[in-house]
Amino acid sequence: MNRQISFTQSILLGFLGLACFLGFWQGMAMSGLVSDIFLPSPVEVYERFMALLDRRFAGATLPGHLAASFQRFAYGFLLAAAIGIPLGLLMGWYQLLDEIVSPLFDALRFVAPIAWVPFAALWFGTGIGGPIMIIFAGAFPPCVINAYRGAKFVDPRLIEAANMLGTPSRRVIMEVLLPSSVPSIISGLRVSAGLGWQSLVGAELIVASAGVGYMMVQGQANIQTHTVMAGMVAIGLVGLALDSALRGLERYIQKRRGLDH
Amino acid sequence: MGVIQFQNVGKIFGSRDSGFVALKDIDLEIRDKEFVAIVGPSGCGKTTCLRMVAGFENATDGVVSVDGTPIKRPGPDRAVVFQQFALFPWKTVYDNIDLGLRNLNVSGSERANRIEAILNLMNLTQYAKHFPHQLSGGMQQRVAIARAYVLDPDVLLMDEPFGALDAQTRVVMQEELVRLARKNPRTVLFITHAVEEAVYLADRVAIMTRAPGRIKEVLDVASIRNAEDWDSHEKIEDVMDLESFVHLRTHIWRSLREEKAAQHA
Repeated sequence: MNRQISFTQSILLGFLGLACFLGFWQGMAMSGLVSDIFLPSPVEVYERFMALLDRRFAGATLPGHLAASFQRFAYGFLLAAAIGIPLGLLMGWYQLLDEIVSPLFDALRFVAPIAWVPFAALWFGTGIGGPIMIIFAGAFPPCVINAYRGAKFVDPRLIEAANMLGTPSRRVIMEVLLPSSVPSIISGLRVSAGLGWQSLVGAELIVASAGVGYMMVQGQANIQTHTVMAGMVAIGLVGLALDSALRGLERYIQKRRGLDH
Repeated sequence: MGVIQFQNVGKIFGSRDSGFVALKDIDLEIRDKEFVAIVGPSGCGKTTCLRMVAGFENATDGVVSVDGTPIKRPGPDRAVVFQQFALFPWKTVYDNIDLGLRNLNVSGSERANRIEAILNLMNLTQYAKHFPHQLSGGMQQRVAIARAYVLDPDVLLMDEPFGALDAQTRVVMQEELVRLARKNPRTVLFITHAVEEAVYLADRVAIMTRAPGRIKEVLDVASIRNAEDWDSHEKIEDVMDLESFVHLRTHIWRSLREEKAAQHA
């Protein structure tokens, strides 16, 4: 089975999967097997979603909550990129640094972002520092790992060319290692944005003012399953948008480099 | 100045007792402004010779030196032209050529002048703002040669520079290199497995044995070139038709074939 699937077919198949899922869900909700307090139908979730767009719940509308979440996410994500990318590149270039940092980094990597919640709460209470720390914990490792990989897999001939041109180390890093690693760094940022965004709800369990996670926790407290699920839909949609934006960036850079010929 | 000296040079990859002996007892002196080509069967270590002068590899035995100074690391006094060009894909033609000059802290206006001159010399002026992937292989290698030449290096190291080009482009580049070398003589170490290319370009041709590589024979092409007045012929095919050229080429062919035969014996 090596038949090529066209772009239109692939879109149609995607919709088919979605339709089956929604159909099954609607069927389950209508069958009365599960009480609609716990399983609202897709239509109810959709209506709730639309209502939340301009009606306040837990202190803000859904876009308001999303904006608060996104701001925290952006801080954590940008901080992870700003520290992780240079660190990864330097680890790929200086073996000594690699030996020093790698064991510590590998151990810390196994502490899941959500496992940082109690620690972050102790340090920052309900301030903005806590969620940023947790999002950072999710987003940081892929930034480091992919920048490191990019630096390790740079074409050795380009390093030789830079050396024979008498290029000082700092300039080799900025003008050879970094641009050569861009494709790997961008795919790292994609993974990193995904993990950071996923860590958001965990982060927002400890924030008491606003955010999609906060809205969902409030929905849970009020036994409003449709609010909780509308929050999940919003998280999914924003994640999807984020990923396709970074995917677009990835393609744009590959095209500029002529890598797709 | 740019005198390259190999004194008793050996190279072993891996450990001294079980490693691969790539080169053994290499003795060769390349005079200032001389163009020397090394030919040999593949795997004979000819590229390793060049990489040691470039500073990419260290000799296991003996000394490789330029103007009497043993080589420790790569540097812009020994510019390299690679077989696969090794241009920076994210830099324009102009910026590729500029990098070496910036490293030498050449002033902005002088850099602009030198780059303009070399672009002009290599017929690249209209491609200054292009990226490497927008150019043909021949064009890319012109850029790589320009990037090396613009540094005004004492020594130019060329590692099968035309090996990745098609036959027609190759001939054009060979003629161009001769033109460039006449106008702007440098000490050149040129690695190739194309015998005709070596005879056409070089003042002397060194023939290497199969691994462990040794210098088997060094042929003086320059004296024959001058005696037979090869330079009066503008086209490469006219030179290649001359009896003296054919004679030299055949001599090298035979010598290499003996190596090949020894390998299979």
